[in-house]
Amino acid sequence: MVDSTSEGNEKEMQTANTSNLASVSAQRAEKMAQSKPGTQVMGVGLEARGVHAWFGEKHALADVSLDFWPGTVTALIGPSGCGKSTFLRTLNRMHEFIPGAAMAGEVLLNGEDIYAPGTDVTKIRLKVGMVFQKPNPFPSMTIEENVLAGLKLAQLKIENKDELLEECLTRAGLWNEVKDRLKAHGGALSGGQQQRLCIARSLAVRPQVLLMDEPCSALDPGSTLKIEETISHLSSSVTIVIVTHNMQQAARVSDNTAFFLSDGGPGQMIETGPTNEIFSRPKDQRTENYVTGRFG
Amino acid sequence: MSTNVVENKVCDVKPQTPWAPSNKQRFTTFGLVVAAAVISFVLVGVTPMKGKLAYFAIFFAALLILDYTFSRMQFGKAAGVDSFFRTLFTIAITITVLPVVSILWNVWLRGHKGLHWSLFTTDMKQSDFTQPVGSGGLIHAIIGTLIIIAIAVIISVPIGILTAVYLTEIKGRFSRPIAFLVQAMSGVPSIVAGLFILAAIVYPLTKHFNGFEGSIALAILMIPTVARTSEEVLRLIPEDLREAGLALGGTQWRSVALIVLPAARSGLFTAIILGVARIIGETAPIVLLTGGANVININPFSGTMESLPLYIWSGLLSGTPEAFTRAWAGILILLALVIVLFAGARYLGSKKVGK
Repeated sequence: MVDSTSEGNEKEMQTANTSNLASVSAQRAEKMAQSKPGTQVMGVGLEARGVHAWFGEKHALADVSLDFWPGTVTALIGPSGCGKSTFLRTLNRMHEFIPGAAMAGEVLLNGEDIYAPGTDVTKIRLKVGMVFQKPNPFPSMTIEENVLAGLKLAQLKIENKDELLEECLTRAGLWNEVKDRLKAHGGALSGGQQQRLCIARSLAVRPQVLLMDEPCSALDPGSTLKIEETISHLSSSVTIVIVTHNMQQAARVSDNTAFFLSDGGPGQMIETGPTNEIFSRPKDQRTENYVTGRFG
Repeated sequence: MSTNVVENKVCDVKPQTPWAPSNKQRFTTFGLVVAAAVISFVLVGVTPMKGKLAYFAIFFAALLILDYTFSRMQFGKAAGVDSFFRTLFTIAITITVLPVVSILWNVWLRGHKGLHWSLFTTDMKQSDFTQPVGSGGLIHAIIGTLIIIAIAVIISVPIGILTAVYLTEIKGRFSRPIAFLVQAMSGVPSIVAGLFILAAIVYPLTKHFNGFEGSIALAILMIPTVARTSEEVLRLIPEDLREAGLALGGTQWRSVALIVLPAARSGLFTAIILGVARIIGETAPIVLLTGGANVININPFSGTMESLPLYIWSGLLSGTPEAFTRAWAGILILLALVIVLFAGARYLGSKKVGK
């Protein structure tokens, strides 16, 4: 792939690719604009102010300030090792479980710093839920128990169990597939179904923000599509932050996009803005290089 | 190239296993085994090598060489080596299983003569080891063993599992020294545990023998086994599950109790089985601490207590043929008890959770 003709072809394809991404996200923006007025936005905003993160001596993330508006989907994109996942984990205080971890800055949920002394961490994690890269249903529990696990863990009262089950599984797009076998074990589902079960599990505690760490990277295209539909449905009621390596996906599901990059040092946020702008006319050359597939 | 669409037809093909060994191959394998046996008989007969062990050694060596040569001639060098190691592992398995089978067989052979209903209904109050087998029994020893083991399990399982939880989940500042001490403790000889309880509890405090003291000594032996095995099991639980529990708003204790421990359930049962296996046949601490008895005593805190290992020990010490037979019957019953306990624990451990 060194001769000039093929390189030229590639560039052409990339341009086509970019305009395609831009048009996809533009369509979505249009749809959002149509649907937005009058719909009740229930999610809560989350603001990161000058967030830094360290693993031991390694400065992994430097000075990220980013707002997540209520009822929007924000995609975090960037090459591997640029600190996207680390940033995501600082948003619900999962970062601190890694031995040697440290952080600086503020994360405001509803205007209150979740790192303020005396904050009840478990309450924060109830409000800011998380879906992991690998589907991880609890192996010792049935589908039903998995969905209700969060309530049990947090010792919350379970009222109208059946309604809650149906509501969460419906919102996660799984109800029709599992309604007849709620007593089956979670491990018996396919990978995509397991991931939607994990989403349903996160929804059961009624989070205001949902963090998703590459939720589709272990799934086939069909399951990915289902999860993206789920995300679109959820976005009206929950603020969603999604880390993804798939730029098509970022364009399809997100309203805003933030591009992260590390030049060998700590990861930084290079650029943020409405998704269609990031994909059609990025301000930074590095962002353009990344979204057009020239590197990363 | 056009695409062929295959219509659904009624399937009249039978399932087959083309990879299964053909009759010819089976015959060859059988022939090799027979040849190796013949070689071993001939060599033992002709050469000065004698004894039962010589048969085994020559048989296995001959089988290895023959198998390798034939496979190599038929399928080439790689297949020869493959076949060589397969036979080697088969031999290793045989050598592992033979002693176990031989022990079980011998115990049955010597023990079944002493089996009698009265064993399970009477104690040795009216009887003596030297009297004919039909009189007296060992119900007092069975009950004693069950009580002593049960108390040891009740003490050591919570301590052992909580130690493992401390080492794998809490990962506190003392994890390393504790892991080291637990490892060192698992090497403590049983008689040392017995002497420790004798010196630390019996002489200065209680001044009497009873079953509970035996249980404490056995618990000392059981805790390290339970703790170390549980630790290994808990380390195998993926980090994902812990994080998922915490991300759902659970405290650490609740995610350990509701997610990590249930996920490790069958492994934890294995840890308990291994712990019981470590102590059920222990004789030294029992001899030192429980005092022995010839009647049923169901109170572990007062009075001396009999147990199966102790019963076997005293039977063998008495030295008469009747006493030997009684002892072997005791061994048979102890083995049966172990098998029943293990089967029960396996069943409980493998049963799916759910209501």
